[in-house]
Amino acid sequence: MSALISVRNLTRVFDVSKPWLNRVIERLPKALLTAVSDVSFEIEEKTVYALVGESGSGKSTIGKIVVGLVPPSNGAVEISGIDLATERDDRKIETVRSDIQMIFQDPYASLNPRWRVRDIIAEPVAAKGGDTNGLAERLLEQVGLSAADASKYPHEFSGGQRQRICIARALASGPKIIVCDEPTSALDVSVQSQVLNLMSDLREDLGLTYLFISHDLTVVQHMADRIGVLYLGRLVEEAPRDALFAKPRHPYTQMLFDAAPRMDAFGREVDPPKGEIPDAINPPNGCAFHPRCPLAVDRCSKERPEMRMIGETRVACHLAE
Amino acid sequence: MTNTPILSVRDLVVEIPTRHGILRPVDQVSYDIHAGEILGVVGESGAGKSMTGNAVIGLLDPPAHITSGEVLLKGEPIHDISRDKLRRLRGRHMGMVFQDPLTSLNPLLTVGEQLTETIQEHLNVGQSEAQKRAIAALEEVGIPAAAQRIDSYPHEFSGGMRQRVVIALALCAEPELVIADEPTTALDVSVQAQIVALLKRLCRERGVAVMLVTHDMGVIAEAADRVAVMYAGRLAELGPVRDVITEAKHPYTSGLMASTPLASQGQKRLRQIPGAMPRLGALPTGCAFNPRCEFAKDRCRQDPSPRLDTCDGRAACWFPLNIKEDTVA
Repeated sequence: MSALISVRNLTRVFDVSKPWLNRVIERLPKALLTAVSDVSFEIEEKTVYALVGESGSGKSTIGKIVVGLVPPSNGAVEISGIDLATERDDRKIETVRSDIQMIFQDPYASLNPRWRVRDIIAEPVAAKGGDTNGLAERLLEQVGLSAADASKYPHEFSGGQRQRICIARALASGPKIIVCDEPTSALDVSVQSQVLNLMSDLREDLGLTYLFISHDLTVVQHMADRIGVLYLGRLVEEAPRDALFAKPRHPYTQMLFDAAPRMDAFGREVDPPKGEIPDAINPPNGCAFHPRCPLAVDRCSKERPEMRMIGETRVACHLAE
Repeated sequence: MTNTPILSVRDLVVEIPTRHGILRPVDQVSYDIHAGEILGVVGESGAGKSMTGNAVIGLLDPPAHITSGEVLLKGEPIHDISRDKLRRLRGRHMGMVFQDPLTSLNPLLTVGEQLTETIQEHLNVGQSEAQKRAIAALEEVGIPAAAQRIDSYPHEFSGGMRQRVVIALALCAEPELVIADEPTTALDVSVQAQIVALLKRLCRERGVAVMLVTHDMGVIAEAADRVAVMYAGRLAELGPVRDVITEAKHPYTSGLMASTPLASQGQKRLRQIPGAMPRLGALPTGCAFNPRCEFAKDRCRQDPSPRLDTCDGRAACWFPLNIKEDTVA
């Protein structure tokens, strides 16, 4: 078993304080937002690892740190054994960089409206001085569009087609890993299924590894091999897909599963979850979930639970069994 | 049912004149909503679901306008009355909940000011009574410490709490009809469950008729009593939620169900509907769904578009599916 990506004790703190002068005049302390707190996981080659969580859980920040768009405050991300943040050898950095690509949530905002599709797709290769002859045409056909689309502009395409262009661009440099940040959230259901099927096909044909970030449990269940559940920047549970859905061990995962609307639950009377996600600037002491947790005991408010193994599941809860 | 429905929409047509011809975002849509009932309206973007909701309460943006058909509120036509009369109906008899809770509240007024203004506008009560009712309205939608929070501004609330304020605002003048346009789309799963439970409870306790517009089949399955599926401005299917979801009769509905990832399916390939919804300016002749339909026959391409009342009343399709969806694939 070889881990292609290894994330160790990853922490990212953002400074969200007011400007210096305001702080002096209004006597405000510095405000620090811990978006990701001590997260560790490994992704094996040719698997799909999904991160799920609600807004503010830090899932997108982790995605950005993995591709190197945001530096970590602490901890490290190693891709094929190379840490982009500390590696000194430029050649090694180059190789890793072209091995990893990203697909963003909003296909309207992530394509330059003034560039032709051909240039957009070839850019990752052109930027490194590679040969782009016929590249865009070949990739367009691979993602289910036609080669003639290469000379069009992004506005001529629908949302689903644009997301296919984003996928084609991500494939251009021949990557091993693609970080997908909510790739289908902006799409309609029937288009979403087209894009998800395309992503599954590409994964098989090209032997890709995905880090799949989503808030949609049904999509995650469909795509992922292994799933990590995040809450307030912390990894609360991690397990292979079947184990997680068969027996969620963390109370937060259980709450998330119960709250998700289901197509086969007619007129289901759910006992809706209590409370909301707390403020990430002043997270609760101990376990971040304890104020909303139905099982919480004294210890939960004092001591942050460590990750421990129960069967195939890693879970951060004092009471889980 | 023999009693008059709260809302009755009859052959509603909305048109938008453009340089390239007249577009019909809503084309001969008919449905009823009774007291205490939740009608779910689903469809993909551009299917005309929000446009239908806006047409009902008279909030169409010009040049979009109703060209034919009727909208009846408790049997009274409201599609052709003056703006002034409509303004008095809105709020008092019809409440509206929009998708984005931040843009539907005034950021410069406290939520209390917004609530009391609405209450005093529509109900004949004094300032202190209005204040009392505003607090009661906030309590009803589950805002803790309502008496203190009433003087807060919208930005001081979280997304879920703001949506509760919007619902309180829609309900404070005790309307009989609430139109909720994607009320949970901007919210997280756990908060979405809270808002859906709230809408269901209000509907049951107060007998309000709710038109719930959403693209999320899961929300529809859990909340709605009946569901209307829209495609390219037309009703594709209308029926009790359980029947429509488990035994879809329109090939579009069936395709929509099959392309939603389901827990029971595992990692099997999703069934996909080829292509995308046609643009309104370029609708195919015949049934609007025929180019994407795997069962399309000559009649679907030639005859005028099928309608619910020319078919079996459930699905607007010449050749409705009668078998369960999983045996179709």
